[in-house]
Amino acid sequence: MAMKIEEVIAEVMEIAGEGAVQEELDMPGPVLRVPRESLAKVMPLLRQRGFDSLMALSGIDYQGMKKYKADAGDSLGVVYHLFSFAERCKITIKVWLPREDPQVFSVAAIWPTAEWHEREAYDMFGIRFEGHPDPRRILLPEDWEGWPLRKDYQMPTEYRGIVHRDEEGQA
Amino acid sequence: MSGESGATAPSVQLELKDNVLLTTVDRVLDWARLSSIWPMTFGLACCAIEMMATGAARYDLDRFGAGAFRATPRQSDLMIVAGTVVYKMAPKVKLLYDQMPEPKWVIAMGACATGGGPYYHHGYHVMQGVDRIIPVDVYVPGCPPRPEALIDALLTLQEKIRRERPLTQRLRQLWSK
Repeated sequence: MAMKIEEVIAEVMEIAGEGAVQEELDMPGPVLRVPRESLAKVMPLLRQRGFDSLMALSGIDYQGMKKYKADAGDSLGVVYHLFSFAERCKITIKVWLPREDPQVFSVAAIWPTAEWHEREAYDMFGIRFEGHPDPRRILLPEDWEGWPLRKDYQMPTEYRGIVHRDEEGQA
Repeated sequence: MSGESGATAPSVQLELKDNVLLTTVDRVLDWARLSSIWPMTFGLACCAIEMMATGAARYDLDRFGAGAFRATPRQSDLMIVAGTVVYKMAPKVKLLYDQMPEPKWVIAMGACATGGGPYYHHGYHVMQGVDRIIPVDVYVPGCPPRPEALIDALLTLQEKIRRERPLTQRLRQLWSK
């Protein structure tokens, strides 16, 4: 069954409701930014429409990114790159999340490959994924404090009693 | 020797001269230890690739009695910390070191194990030198060090062991109490 990407875009924009925008970026395939509340509806729809592969799921900290066309402030974000093997086409979905409460719908039940991707986004940015089957850190030790890839991350001074020195060599 | 009674035959004298060797138990222990340093099979990053090359046929650590890589700390004499020690790994490295029987030695191989290497400034996750948790005998510079450098470290360690004199040290400890 052939899929028309324009129809899919229209469907997504309608179901995502107010706040959804199509970003004009030099990327293969359309880039849609949707409100995070709509993600639980948008992602199953895209899966149904033939996007059977989640190529990547990335966390982002937009703080200080002034070159970015639409100003995301100091919010966090998640970017989903989807691909359809049947249609050979790509689509990119973005959500912005407030820094104080970075919580978003988990797509691990739709694309199982998202399970580890979401754990990594949680590990590095502290983004929590609602409904994730195993929401633990994936790379850092479980007793680690803080989210290292956030722009405002403070370097640790010690880990389990092992001293870590900063750039000036201070403990 | 000379004289009529109780004299040793000249042939026996020659035998003794050529075949008897005098040394101390200390020196024999040192020699035995340095001649069979069994390393632990244990690699953490790219340095481990060079360590494997050092153990393989071209560089052949067996020439120095150190080619028997053991798969358990309980049979190992030498821990070659080959690679980046991240904080998540640090407690495991310490545990492996504690599981090795005495006498034991440590080579910190490469920039990361020596002092954090390229991760020193901006690596939040890398321990800045393995000597923060275990004592190190020989440091090897390089990123990664070539097999020749690791062999040099091994020879340096052998020289160190040659001077250890374990019994003398033990006696000194007992007397100082």
